[in-house]
Amino acid sequence: MVGRRLATAIPGVIGVIVVTFLLNRALPGDPAAYFAGPAATPQAIEEIRTRLGLNRSLPEQFVLYIRDLARGDLGHSLTTGQPVAADLRARLPASLELAFCGLLLALAIALPLGVLAATRPGSGVDHVTRLLATMGNSLPVFFTGLVLVYVLYYLLGWAPPPLGRLEVFRETPPAITGSYLIDSLLARDPGLFLAVAKQLILPTMTLGLAALAPITRMTRAAMLGVLASDYVRTARANGLAPRTVLYVYALRNAMLPVVTTLGLVLSFLLGVSVVVEKIYAWPGIGAYALDSVIASDYAPVQGFVLTMAVVYVLLNLLIDLLYGVIDPRVQIES
Amino acid sequence: MSTAVLRMARAGRYVVLGNPLTFGAFLMLAGLVTLALFGHWIAPYDPLATAVGPRLAPPSTTHWFGTDHLGRDILSRVIVATRLDLLIAISAVTLSFAAGSAAGASAGFYGGWTERIVTRIVDTIMAFPLFVLAMGIMAAVGTSVMNIVLTVALINFPSYARIARAEVNVRRNAGYVEAARLAGNTPRRILAVHIYPNCLPTLIVQASMNMGWAILSAAGLSFIGLGVRPPTAEWGIMVSDGSAFMMSGEWWVSTFPGIALMLAVLSFNLMGDGLRDLIDPRRRS
Repeated sequence: MVGRRLATAIPGVIGVIVVTFLLNRALPGDPAAYFAGPAATPQAIEEIRTRLGLNRSLPEQFVLYIRDLARGDLGHSLTTGQPVAADLRARLPASLELAFCGLLLALAIALPLGVLAATRPGSGVDHVTRLLATMGNSLPVFFTGLVLVYVLYYLLGWAPPPLGRLEVFRETPPAITGSYLIDSLLARDPGLFLAVAKQLILPTMTLGLAALAPITRMTRAAMLGVLASDYVRTARANGLAPRTVLYVYALRNAMLPVVTTLGLVLSFLLGVSVVVEKIYAWPGIGAYALDSVIASDYAPVQGFVLTMAVVYVLLNLLIDLLYGVIDPRVQIES
Repeated sequence: MSTAVLRMARAGRYVVLGNPLTFGAFLMLAGLVTLALFGHWIAPYDPLATAVGPRLAPPSTTHWFGTDHLGRDILSRVIVATRLDLLIAISAVTLSFAAGSAAGASAGFYGGWTERIVTRIVDTIMAFPLFVLAMGIMAAVGTSVMNIVLTVALINFPSYARIARAEVNVRRNAGYVEAARLAGNTPRRILAVHIYPNCLPTLIVQASMNMGWAILSAAGLSFIGLGVRPPTAEWGIMVSDGSAFMMSGEWWVSTFPGIALMLAVLSFNLMGDGLRDLIDPRRRS
């Protein structure tokens, strides 16, 4: 099952690689002249052109690009002077930690809320949920993030300043997993863990708020459908406890469409995380890409797009596997 | 035809008056369109002129929404930005509607290679987190209004293509299509005249639901510096201009353009919900 599903992801990955390659070639201007700098002689530019393989045909360049990719070589960043792959590897944990916390928060609120609204249609909870789902879809994330900063940091002083993963004077936990939350726990440093968690509050809330609306809407709709089904009626008629009917019969079946929407929510979440990283000076790969854009340094941007796409493909794979866990019938069909 | 239009208008009146939210959204949209058309005359100050007031002055009677760090009048900038923001979103949605529905309809109708190619393109675009793809494209092709429109259109292309393909596929072998074929219509004519118009309602609902997202994507790109360039008045840039001041308490620089953006997106979304109830009552929530 896993192997076969992995195989179906391959055309997608090939498409992603082709697109990132083409994006690189769409770069305005002459990359060789750009790399050589303004004071370069024509010979120097020609030399760089040869070195970068820009004098070859497009298919040849593509083969070279694939070869570099296979070696894990994504080019060099002009801004940091480091290989892009190393830069991305150093920053990816920060992005993943944030995205994961945001998703977790959204699920923790959206699922109960959706269930609650579906079991009490027409009630106050239901109306609040529907309002939330409509409003949530209309919120510009970059604006809600700033409002949270203003209210929770400036006005109330509850949150620390929105400047990165840790306050400047703090020492980072020893890198084991890359997630500061886990690493600080592994280092048995509760004070550090709290400091890390505090920095995470605002960005996590911003991301969570963004992902809340679609999950709530879907959970509510799916639960409503399932609760009206024959098998739920049968389970009730057989005198099963309401709790058993709700969680064992209804919720598990309602999770299928919710998990399907999760793919779209993740696409949205990964995009939004870039904006959130910018607002909170979060040292993730999104902020890294944006810094590079400002310096017209394209290799990091290309590496970033590729990384995000690969992460997204992997997450979709995970969702499919999850689908099989929730609904064993899926396995038989495929 | 005219009776159909009349019936549609009556149903539209029913939905608009029957659902106060849709009615409110309709009024807000009318207001936005007015601002987009006449904003340049309504705005009290030149939106680009610096130092028309003191720098970073809070809202007052002379500057209702306050002034930004260059002493520009925020109210004027918010008003004038309406045209650009709406124009980008409408052009992008129109483009992806046209291209996506044409490609999707051909794929669903002809099948074979056409279908394979369209599906491959759609799948490739969908393999990316869409906003990330938009970032990558904008960074590569450079920022201009034209490029924003094309990029936002491209990332919305899959949703139209998929819907059109599914809708056409369902109707491909319908009785009236069979009849049209027997009457000697060419395949192209059958698709364009007999099938495609029947798919329009679903596509139009999708377009109206899509408008809000198109506005958000374009403004989001401008916010991160990959869209419209300063000093142009655009909501996303204006929010970005004020982002640093949120930490020091000058809330008005970001808040007013942010609220404008939110209201615009909200009214398009509510309008989309209302339209969906009108056209496709089964999906009513």
